[in-house]
Amino acid sequence: MTLSLKPNDSPPEKLQPTGWLKYLSFSLDHKVIGLQYLVCGFLFYLIGGSLAGAIRVELTSPLSDFMPREVYNQVLTLHGTIMIFLWIVPVVNGAFGNYLIPFYVGARDMAFPRLNAVAFWLIPPSGLMLITSYFINGAAQSGWTAYPPLSITTPAAGQIIWILSVLLLGGSSIFGGINFIATILKLRRPGLRLMQLPMYCWAMLGTSILVVLSTPVLAGTLILLSFDIVAHTGFFNPSLGGNVIVYQHLFWFYSHPAVYIMVLPAFGLVSEILPIHSRKPLFGYTTMVFSIMGIVVLGLVVWAHHMFTSGTPPWMRLFFTIATAFIAVPTGIKFFNWVATLWGGKISLNGAMLFSCGFIINFVLGGITGVALAQVPFDVHVHDTYFVVAHFHYIVYGGSVFVIFSSIYHWFPKFTGKMLNENLGRFHFIITFIGFNLCFAPQHWLGLNGMPRRVAEYDPQFQLINQISSVGALLMALSTLPFLWNIFQSILYGDDAGNNPWDALTPEWLTSSPPPVENWEGDAPLVVEPYGYGEKHSIETEAQKK
Amino acid sequence: MPKLSAIITLATSLILGIGGVWIAYNVDMLPVSASMNAPVYDELYRVLFIIGSILFIGMTALVIYSLVHFRRKPGETGDGIDLEGNISLEIFWTAIPAIVVLFVGLYSYDIYDRMGGMQPLMHDHTSHIESQSERIWGGIGSGPIETSSPNNSSSLPIELTAMQFAFIFHYPKGDIVSGELHVPVGKEISLKMESKDVIHAFWVPQFRLKQDVIPGQPTILNFTPTKTGNFPIVCAELCGPYHGGMRSNVIVDEQEDFDTWLKENTKETI
Ligand code: HEM
Ligand SMILES: [Cu+2]
Ligand SMILES: [Cu+2]
Repeated sequence: MTLSLKPNDSPPEKLQPTGWLKYLSFSLDHKVIGLQYLVCGFLFYLIGGSLAGAIRVELTSPLSDFMPREVYNQVLTLHGTIMIFLWIVPVVNGAFGNYLIPFYVGARDMAFPRLNAVAFWLIPPSGLMLITSYFINGAAQSGWTAYPPLSITTPAAGQIIWILSVLLLGGSSIFGGINFIATILKLRRPGLRLMQLPMYCWAMLGTSILVVLSTPVLAGTLILLSFDIVAHTGFFNPSLGGNVIVYQHLFWFYSHPAVYIMVLPAFGLVSEILPIHSRKPLFGYTTMVFSIMGIVVLGLVVWAHHMFTSGTPPWMRLFFTIATAFIAVPTGIKFFNWVATLWGGKISLNGAMLFSCGFIINFVLGGITGVALAQVPFDVHVHDTYFVVAHFHYIVYGGSVFVIFSSIYHWFPKFTGKMLNENLGRFHFIITFIGFNLCFAPQHWLGLNGMPRRVAEYDPQFQLINQISSVGALLMALSTLPFLWNIFQSILYGDDAGNNPWDALTPEWLTSSPPPVENWEGDAPLVVEPYGYGEKHSIETEAQKK
Repeated sequence: MPKLSAIITLATSLILGIGGVWIAYNVDMLPVSASMNAPVYDELYRVLFIIGSILFIGMTALVIYSLVHFRRKPGETGDGIDLEGNISLEIFWTAIPAIVVLFVGLYSYDIYDRMGGMQPLMHDHTSHIESQSERIWGGIGSGPIETSSPNNSSSLPIELTAMQFAFIFHYPKGDIVSGELHVPVGKEISLKMESKDVIHAFWVPQFRLKQDVIPGQPTILNFTPTKTGNFPIVCAELCGPYHGGMRSNVIVDEQEDFDTWLKENTKETI
């Protein structure tokens, strides 16, 4: 039997264990599933982070001396795959999406609660499978991009397990995407119009469209790749007449949109957080909506900017340069709008606010290097170097991960009913921000000067800068400690948060903390002005003064 | 009031502009330039760096200024101003990135053209082409247009075979096989590359050029070295455990020295 809800339906009561055990169960409650995604993602983040630490230790010396070369490539592959498919994608989509979207549309659960639980429960086994492949016969070692023919010629077991687990994670992501589209379009509370939705709904709508359009292409591609590995077909195997460039096109047709799957939801979350902590309406709601949709459309037609140095004819290089650079326009609008949201506010400098502002600064730098990389003549020098590593970490860590932390600081009181310690939060932010920039800013220089990416050994002239970068990584690792301490301390002994500690207007705050299974007692509130902050008369009084 | 803020805005923009230009010209962030298209590249780099640092410093300054200036002072209550949008402002900052991107795009197209990226690929590489139907993808950098004018079209063909984990160069003239690339300064080199196993990439940072070396798909990269010396060749595509160790050298000699090397190594044929 399938289970789907209509507006105002209540989720079934049965199958819903209570107490902390519900977080380990096949719960159908969107709030439980959201937190399952969040905690599970964070555990994988710790694993992926340890792998990053191992990489940074290896790179403190120019020789390959910390781990065997094969192991280095496995660690590198696992790190990338875990961070993308088990941490950022599930958390910015699955965790916050599941928790918040039903509130925002005024529903009591997602449209397909059972599909939702299935989507989550695909993740832990695929993640564990991926990690245990290391202990069986060695994990995949061809990078998260798995380009053939390397992925066909490296040990098959690890690569096949990698493919299986990415396929399952892709499936989970597609289930989630369908669920979000259905929930946002079909479960809206009567009386609530699309243009009154909080911005995160628009971000999730756009992201889910990308997920549903592009993830199947990745799935098909990986299935063909697995045929090449186990059945010795020749789709991508040049010695059997296959074409390796076709794989790259198919892979990036998914994986460029994938970077927006990691960052559009983060844009949405920031748009919720900034207005509340600066006590101002979100600036330019309509342009924000249109720029999200612009990014979705453009994001689908830029993939070959990852292939400027491979087999790419000149006209194609030109087209993809132009399309890529134009993404900066809708993206730029959003950033100016966020700064305008801060302008004239009454800003609380708390953990949520600081991490969001850190995100703005980091992402602007990542976007600028992105536009530079989109220029073919610039890219042919720095492609596949540490410059690119710096670029995308400014985006995925400086962008998405900073927003995840910001969101945890912001919604923790709702999740648990307890307040976090804001001083520890500020401390956490400062260490993370310094560590992050110390780790990744110098990598721009490394790439420009000749250090390729994905290497275990390098020219000794780069040692000092690599060591500086590793010190930054150490700081980043240490910065998790005050964060974890804060979380545990606050869950146990934190101050009571009350229902609405931030005086927020969006519907998740208009109920108890943590909310009841039904989300609200009584009818769902109708919030038509989710950003109605700001004192109307403060402008009038200034006008009167003149 | 509006006058003062206009002056402040103007002054900060000016300072940012000058700062960006100063950094671009005084902080050297690129290795020596040793090929014909390297100075062109460096020019593009400089322009991108200037625009980038103005935008970055500007945005960062705006954020920090807002955080400091509009922070909630102790004991303060109430909300910020009720400002939901402003059409002319929003049009203005749609225009900023649009103009920047347009300018950068046109400018980099010009650079691309000057590097020879838009030249029809096969016009003087007939020596390479075994059959008319063979498809070869060209790397950027067939050199500035002037160098490929007819009187200078005698480029030196060299073949590169990449394999795990080495570059092997073959000189059709003299039938020489070498693990290092020897080239004369000031002459256009035409590298035809193919891989034996997985994808590799040929990269010389001092030449600012990179092209993937692909199995089953020959690629061509043209360049003209302009400085004598010894520069690293780096493999820039993950190709297996020893990827980081897959390096070689390009040795750029004066023409006479190169000729001597060529003569000394030419295989004696009957
Ligand atoms: C202004 C927007 C952006 C532009 C113009 C841009 C452009 C580019 C370009 C041209 C490359 C290819 C560089 C190369 O390999 O030579 C690249 C790489 C990359 N970008 Fe971006 N980017 C932008 C934003 C993003 C965002 C939002 C994300 C993720 C959230 C992202 C993540 C990545 C990743 C992961 C790679 C490296 C992929 C790999 O080779 O493993 N970028 N970007
Ligand atoms: Cu991309
Ligand atoms: Cu290689």
